[in-house]
Amino acid sequence: MSTSAVTSEALAATAPPEMRQRQWRVLARATMSQWRSRIGLVIVVVMVLIAIFGPLLAPHPPTAFVSAPNSPAGQNGLLFGSDGIGRDVWSRFLYGGRTVLGMAVASTIIGVGLGLIIGLAAAYFKGWIDEVLMRISDVFMAFPQIVLALLLVAAFGPSVPLIILIVGISHAPRVARVIRGAAVQITERDFVKAAEAVGEPRRRIIFGELLPNVTSPLLVECGLRLTFSIGLIAGLNFIGAGLQPPIADWGVMISENRLAVTVQPWGVVLPVLAIALLTIGTNLLTDGFARAAIGLDRGE
Amino acid sequence: MAVAEPPTTTAVTVRELKIDLVSSGSDIVDQIVLDVRAGDVLGLVGESGSGKTTVGMALMGYCRPGGRVTGGEILIDGRPLAKMAAGELRKLRGGTVSYIPQDPGTALNPALRIGRQLSEMLEAHTAGASAEQRRVRIRETLEEVALPNDDEFLRRYPHQLSGGQQQRVAIAMAFACRPHVIVCDEPTTGLDVTTQARVLETIRDLCRSHNVAAVYVSHDLAVVAELADQVAVMYAGRIVERGPRDAIFSAPRHPYTRKLLRAVPDLEGRRAVVGIGGRAPLPGDRPSGCFFHPRCDLATDQCRAQFPPATGMGGHIVHCYHAEEALTALPTTGEMTAAAQAGETVITVENVNATYGHNHVLHDIDLTVRRNECVALVGESGSGKTTIARCIAGLHTDWTGEIKLNDRSLPESARRRTAEARKQIQYVFQNPYASLNPRRTVGQTIARQLQLFFPQNRRETGRRVAECLERVALSSAAANRYPDQLSGGERQRVAVARALAAEPSLLVCDEITSALDVSVQAAIVELLRELRVQTGLSMLFITHNLALIRTIADRVVVMTEGKIVESGPTLDVFTSPSAAYTEKLLANTPTVEAALQH
Repeated sequence: MSTSAVTSEALAATAPPEMRQRQWRVLARATMSQWRSRIGLVIVVVMVLIAIFGPLLAPHPPTAFVSAPNSPAGQNGLLFGSDGIGRDVWSRFLYGGRTVLGMAVASTIIGVGLGLIIGLAAAYFKGWIDEVLMRISDVFMAFPQIVLALLLVAAFGPSVPLIILIVGISHAPRVARVIRGAAVQITERDFVKAAEAVGEPRRRIIFGELLPNVTSPLLVECGLRLTFSIGLIAGLNFIGAGLQPPIADWGVMISENRLAVTVQPWGVVLPVLAIALLTIGTNLLTDGFARAAIGLDRGE
Repeated sequence: MAVAEPPTTTAVTVRELKIDLVSSGSDIVDQIVLDVRAGDVLGLVGESGSGKTTVGMALMGYCRPGGRVTGGEILIDGRPLAKMAAGELRKLRGGTVSYIPQDPGTALNPALRIGRQLSEMLEAHTAGASAEQRRVRIRETLEEVALPNDDEFLRRYPHQLSGGQQQRVAIAMAFACRPHVIVCDEPTTGLDVTTQARVLETIRDLCRSHNVAAVYVSHDLAVVAELADQVAVMYAGRIVERGPRDAIFSAPRHPYTRKLLRAVPDLEGRRAVVGIGGRAPLPGDRPSGCFFHPRCDLATDQCRAQFPPATGMGGHIVHCYHAEEALTALPTTGEMTAAAQAGETVITVENVNATYGHNHVLHDIDLTVRRNECVALVGESGSGKTTIARCIAGLHTDWTGEIKLNDRSLPESARRRTAEARKQIQYVFQNPYASLNPRRTVGQTIARQLQLFFPQNRRETGRRVAECLERVALSSAAANRYPDQLSGGERQRVAVARALAAEPSLLVCDEITSALDVSVQAAIVELLRELRVQTGLSMLFITHNLALIRTIADRVVVMTEGKIVESGPTLDVFTSPSAAYTEKLLANTPTVEAALQH
């Protein structure tokens, strides 16, 4: 009997009875086995559903005057009363999630995408490219994100695409740092050297060899930056540097209704709760995922 | 000061020891029976995952997290470990039973001076002894392990010592409290052969002179043959055979032991090594009956039904129904087939000097590899052998001189070479755990290599991937696996398959078997030999294992400190080495055969 034949048969014979699950399914299961992730997921799903389908449930248009200013909850059939100029608080709340969520998601995609490319490039090319990219990142990171955003809004005026871009760019250096850290170790591994030796194009090494090995930190960054984006964008809208009244937006709502908070608290409480829950939910989910990914990567 | 008592009883007795995984309840080791007399060395051999380290640790009353002793007993000097209180156990560890770790670099505290660490050990175990007595003891022990014992040395930190010196310090720490039992967990794996030989000698001498019972855990049969008086062979958590060293090595009776010996390359005579097919089962996944039966040629229904009881006499115990049959049916040596004739020169290295920053690591290297030839590059760690390989593959670019492929000069970096040149020279890395992308299936990895060198359609590539896997004796089902679903040997086969997919003329193998078990190493070596016969491939085989070279190489190049000190046909170099360094290497390489002769 030749040994080759034995080995070949043995491999087939010792193959685990059920083909092992794809890594993503394993990761998803590890994530969902934790209470934090389950709670996070429920919160996020509920808040996202409100943001997306809320307008369909709204009894009034968000900018229609339907009652006397600052009517208390329950009066005139308004669930949570009316705001300072007589608009329905409940309807405005149901409308107000789309903008925050949409802008936050868009800026997260821009920020993480940009950070990913910078981080991978710095890790792979090393040397002066790494130095230049990282020092520029340091300069950006020296400014608090909100200050940077305010500065640029003040310079160019508030507009939705600009805010998305600014928030995204302010995330990029932070993401780049994390991704670079994860990718630097990967570039030292032999499979990257093997790809070098056969002349694999650099683009393919970066996106084909490095990227798949930093997906865990990448997803954690997505969740984390989404959390920050929600807070930052709601904050900008609150300050008045973002969306402008009369648009129904949670940040704008808080700002509009804060003076009347003693008379008509719902105009502030609802959007504050919504923003808080959304950030807490995404954070719990991300945290659960990060823990699962660490456990899994360690097992490799 | 405690004086070692004369040997009246056996120092270590293990009876039917069973250690389970807490999580699943499946056993890691079971039915372990051992006796070690004072002054004797027991070699506990087995391949990775056989449970040998678990047994070694259990002798110190320690179980790794997730494991639990659920049956049997361990007696140290006649006292059962299970009945000891926590405080007593602490006294026992390091005092009565001490431990020499695999990697002294991590076992020594890098922030403490050597003297301080040795002194702490004594303070913990010989309470009441004065500082002066401790100092005397430290000096004595350091002298015994052949280290300097002046104040200057004691003031050093671990990083100021070489690997061999660090291991000696660890040995000194183990012997300082005059233990009765010492557990060594592969203490020489990270060391060069010359250092290893000295460390082994030290351990043996100390055990004899202090009447210490030693349990030497190792995967290296040659080392165990040199050192041990008694040998126990472990497979899948069971001891399958145990007995006096000579009996185990000259007339092994368990098929596993016999096959294992056949996998060990021999320094003395050129013979083929034969691997063991299949893979060792993991805890919880073990077959019925005798655990070795799926890989055994002699297996019968009886073997599949029930684990064989201990049989044998004169202290040579074997767990096999077919022990008598095995003696004749399974040879432990194999004949070598003649190698093919070498052809024209494939690669020429001329006058190459390489540097890492300001470090000049290669000096005037000249080397040729001809078609169908296997040239072994041998040297100890730091000799520059890997650097040569990386220069040839274009991975290390900081060199001057000339490297020619088929008489055409190559640029330094792989990236600046032609696609044809990159295709012709393929590199296989030492560690198969790092050389495959963990996020890609085996099929994807090999398919990419094919697409890079042979642009073709998807279906064609799929067929070729299956062919490539078949060539390295893997089933085509492996294509859908991720590397972490494969064993080390299977991963290395995949790495070889990837290299061969390019249809190279030169395969550069950088210590490709050093991370693998000996039975797996043999299978890979066999595979490479077959491939050479079939395809006329040339190989540059880099290794520190001289015995392996004897088996695989046509020519040998010996290196030290970045210089080539000797080169020539394998037989000539081994039988009449011209360089003193080669002679030293050969003399220090442990072998089973040589060990049995003295």
